[in-house]
Amino acid sequence: MRIASREDLKRAAGLAAEDMKSQTKRILICAGTGCLAGGSEKIYQKLKKMAEDTENVEVEFGPEIAHVGVKQSGCHGFCEMGPLVRIEPSNYLYIKVKEEDCEEIFQESILNDRPVERLLYELDGVRYREQESIPFYAKQTRQVLKNCGHIDAENIGEYLAVGGYRALEKALFEMQPQEVIQVVLDSNLRGRGGGGFQTGYKWKQVARQEEKIRYVVCNGDEGDPGAFMDRSVMEGDPHKMIEGMIIAGYAVSAQEGYIYVRAEYPLAIRRLKVAIAQAEEAGLLGENIMGSGYSFTIHINRGAGAFVCGEGSALTASIEGERGMPRTKPPRTVEQGLFGKPTVLNNVETYANVPMIVLNGAEWYHRLGTETSPGTKAFALTGSVKNTGLIEVPMGTTLREIVYDIGGGVKGDVPFKAVQIGGPSGGCLVTSNLDVCLDFDSLKKLGAMIGSGGLVVMDENTCMVEVARFFMNFTQNESCGKCVPCREGTRRMLEILEDIVAGKGTLEQLDILQELGEAITDTALCGLGKSAALPVLSTLKNFREEYLEHVVEKRCKTGTCQALKRYVIDPSKCKGCSKCARNCPVHAISGKVKEPFTIDTSVCIKCGACMDNCAFGAIYTEN
Amino acid sequence: MEYITIDSKCVPIEGEKNVLSLIRKAGIDLPTFCYHSELSIYGACRMCVVEDERGRVFASCSEQPRPGMVIYTNTKKIQKYRRLIIELLLSSHCRDCTTCQKNGMCELQDLAYRVGVHAVRFLNTKKQQPLDLSSPSIVRDPNKCILCGDCVRTCDEIQGVGAIDFANRGSRTEVMPAFNKKLSETDCVGCGQCASVCPTAAISIKTNVTQVWDAIGDKNIRVVAQVAPAVRLAVGDHFGIPKGENSFGKLVEALRIMGFDEVYDTNFAADLTVMEESKEFLERLESGEKLPLFTSCCPGWVKYCETKYPEFAGNISTCRSPQGMMSAVIKEYFKERDAAEGKQTMVVSIMPCTAKKGEILRPDNYTDGRQDTDCVLTTVEIIRMIKEVGIRFEKLAGEAADMPFSIASGGGAIFGATGGVTEAVLRRLMSEKNYKTLNTISFSGIRGEEGLKETTVQVGEREVRIAVVHGLANAGRLLDSIKAGEKTYDFVEVMACRRGCIMGGGQPAQAGPRTRRGRMEGIYRVDAASNIRFPDENPIVEQLYGGLLQGKEHKLLHRNM
Repeated sequence: MRIASREDLKRAAGLAAEDMKSQTKRILICAGTGCLAGGSEKIYQKLKKMAEDTENVEVEFGPEIAHVGVKQSGCHGFCEMGPLVRIEPSNYLYIKVKEEDCEEIFQESILNDRPVERLLYELDGVRYREQESIPFYAKQTRQVLKNCGHIDAENIGEYLAVGGYRALEKALFEMQPQEVIQVVLDSNLRGRGGGGFQTGYKWKQVARQEEKIRYVVCNGDEGDPGAFMDRSVMEGDPHKMIEGMIIAGYAVSAQEGYIYVRAEYPLAIRRLKVAIAQAEEAGLLGENIMGSGYSFTIHINRGAGAFVCGEGSALTASIEGERGMPRTKPPRTVEQGLFGKPTVLNNVETYANVPMIVLNGAEWYHRLGTETSPGTKAFALTGSVKNTGLIEVPMGTTLREIVYDIGGGVKGDVPFKAVQIGGPSGGCLVTSNLDVCLDFDSLKKLGAMIGSGGLVVMDENTCMVEVARFFMNFTQNESCGKCVPCREGTRRMLEILEDIVAGKGTLEQLDILQELGEAITDTALCGLGKSAALPVLSTLKNFREEYLEHVVEKRCKTGTCQALKRYVIDPSKCKGCSKCARNCPVHAISGKVKEPFTIDTSVCIKCGACMDNCAFGAIYTEN
Repeated sequence: MEYITIDSKCVPIEGEKNVLSLIRKAGIDLPTFCYHSELSIYGACRMCVVEDERGRVFASCSEQPRPGMVIYTNTKKIQKYRRLIIELLLSSHCRDCTTCQKNGMCELQDLAYRVGVHAVRFLNTKKQQPLDLSSPSIVRDPNKCILCGDCVRTCDEIQGVGAIDFANRGSRTEVMPAFNKKLSETDCVGCGQCASVCPTAAISIKTNVTQVWDAIGDKNIRVVAQVAPAVRLAVGDHFGIPKGENSFGKLVEALRIMGFDEVYDTNFAADLTVMEESKEFLERLESGEKLPLFTSCCPGWVKYCETKYPEFAGNISTCRSPQGMMSAVIKEYFKERDAAEGKQTMVVSIMPCTAKKGEILRPDNYTDGRQDTDCVLTTVEIIRMIKEVGIRFEKLAGEAADMPFSIASGGGAIFGATGGVTEAVLRRLMSEKNYKTLNTISFSGIRGEEGLKETTVQVGEREVRIAVVHGLANAGRLLDSIKAGEKTYDFVEVMACRRGCIMGGGQPAQAGPRTRRGRMEGIYRVDAASNIRFPDENPIVEQLYGGLLQGKEHKLLHRNM
């Protein structure tokens, strides 16, 4: 049905809610990347087949492959425990579900309405039936991700049923554009893409430009390794973000919007397409939205997967069909952005925050988060932590709460070492920072940044030099190649780091590393370049002794750096059979038969052939 | 008035768009690679970084001046950064300076010396790339590219050609034609403007010096030089001669010292061009066909029109360029003597232009299937030859060129600047040959640096609508407006290079506003100093039409099509 007035919206939402209620049982199988890898596709197929004969049961799933007539849901967030299966309305959450569990789940939970106890999450002897009571979820505050995994992302009705598009309705019929901008300004919503720039201020600047053609652009080019916050919103609750964009369009009197999504997110693209088509059909997008007289259209642009296209000016250049390279500013995007016109550019999570702000007011939004960084932030919690996954917490939550309360602590109970926050552009936080409140300003002081929200936990067994090398390799590959410091500087930094992990580093190189890092930070053209050296500078500052170990002692105590391993023959175990010496390709092993042999480490190439060939387990590696 | 403070000096803001302009106004030559006043601001080289009083570091090229700003251009930090940037550039740059084309004229080399980079702490780990030698005009050496993007923006923004762009990313970024094609397979017109903005030898002029030395050394070859109008104003640049001073006499003397057998003046052939082009123009005006008439002197333009706007190719004058006419006439002039003496005449034209190297290879510029101009040397190459011989160019007294092709009108001389061809043609078309006519024409709006100049002139009973454009991007815009029916003209002069041949791709590069002004003024001084101002009053031209050219005007002076 086409929504042509406020009354129509109310009616449509009511009908959709009833429709949702009529489904007495729902099985939601997580189709996030982690769960898919864990085999959730097969579980889905099996449950789907079983459900086919049963009335009033729907199986929801989010596979990349389209299933006609099958509803789909996004990531549930608790990736560590995947594949996840959720039963509604009882809210049972089953973890690590296998194909063979399907019969039992179906029999017990659907037909007999009982939980399958053995599949429930258990911690410290407590079994948690409902998803909401599990500490991982209980300690979170899901505002942006509220609907993810709970509603069918490909059905606009379900979004309407949970109050969707009511914020847009309020904006269009009860507020002037400047009032919308004011409420966003008052809410102090800050850009979730990394910079933390005030969203309302951006809008205000666009609104006061003389040029009347304006654009609203959504940055869905989430490029940080391991980050999937925006992806989850686009896949799990695309309408929320679209609603935010339309509101932004209304606020700045823009006529068109563009969503820039990376092509590596095919499901997100498909769901956005479906969502846009449904919104257009429903009269919530396009000409004369809800009969208000305001018109707005949205296009989708697929990015070819360049990290740098997450930078505003590179992103707009890419949409225009140009090479994605940042340009000098001024003029800023708000003055001359896409096609040289004033442009509002925010990321997915930022737009997803807008509807609730408009609906509930700025004051309501301030109830969460800190004074200067209100609201919540989604993080992708990964690395050496017990509960990896997608989380959302109020701004100002401490790192300790995230790692220990939500994340359940470090995996294998190894001591915590550091957290890499903000992806390759961010920095690392160490043990002494565990009680720092995570918000835009406090992190900046520590030389790190929230970035888009990647959180990689590292334990004592992580080599920080290797971590720095990994991120530098990423940045170096992803540099657009425009400005000299970023293009040439990161390459040289990477070469030095490669030397260090290979045991060829020198003390002078450590100084050069520092010098290059500072120069790049100060002189690079764009935000990505300016932050490219942060992982190195921050590990150099916090873990200098590890660098020194690698350089001076040629030792990597975590055993990560292969080239720094030392192969040693234990004389007490060696029988002097000479097999190792015969198998050594570089003749590094010598000795008298029937006496313990020795390895000349200056010749050894660390191939491990001796170890493989020793029948007595006499050869071991020393870190 | 509002001020900013630069290194403790107060500098007034007078409409400057960026801090860099103010720094330069303050008398500090802050180094840059990617900043050119005529190109868009790119901000890639980061050489122009400065520091403000709060220690913030920023690139001055892309920073708007704000009153009260306090900036420092030479703090310890800035010095260190500048040095490091050069070191980084050098670290992935070919360092065979001594054998490089650009040795001594290389901006990277110069800046490395200026900022004091004495050692490079990094190994060049970049993969060696093959050279692109496919174009007759320019050579592309990716190993020497510092990716400042000047060539890319010049080709796109000034010339509207877009033959090259960036490919790949990160440290694998390269400038290349699309799909790494050869330059000869692209729309490159050979104008060489990319080479003249290139700070290194990543794009350089394809040189024919060896070929000329070989010919000079061969007693059986009569080596004849012709010197284009714009060359005389730039050849002295490297010898301490004031910018824009006419060094034609010195150049003639130098060429004789080098061993050229005859030296002629292309200005003479420009007079011939005026005669032929005017005739053609009057015919077209009469018939009303193929209007507007486009000039054909500039090979860059001719190729641009043929590739990008083929629908207008038929409107281009059938006249050869002055170079082409001169060579055809020279070959004809020596034909019998060559046969008698058992010699061979080789025409070497000395041009401000790299595209001329391509023009001579065009079959439509041949006579009886034979290439007329054997070799083109650019001003830069001739300077190199003068230096090689060790001629103290600045000390030369100067000599006259050889008869008969050394007498030219002032109208022929001004071919080297934008609007010059038009001005000379108008001098021919006007019936009254006096000072008043000259003044009317020069003030009709066809002189000056404006990208598009338009005027209407009364020729006989007709109002002739004229446009003069320079810079191919401007030409493209003009053609678009003609196509769209927005503009109608009868005569259009196009020069590929901004300001005309005086700023051609074969002229000494890195020319600033002073050089540009000097050359422009210089060319009009040559005109003013000429005894003959009207091309049709050149006695040799008259003689030639009555003699050598009789019955062969079309064969020798027009393109065979």
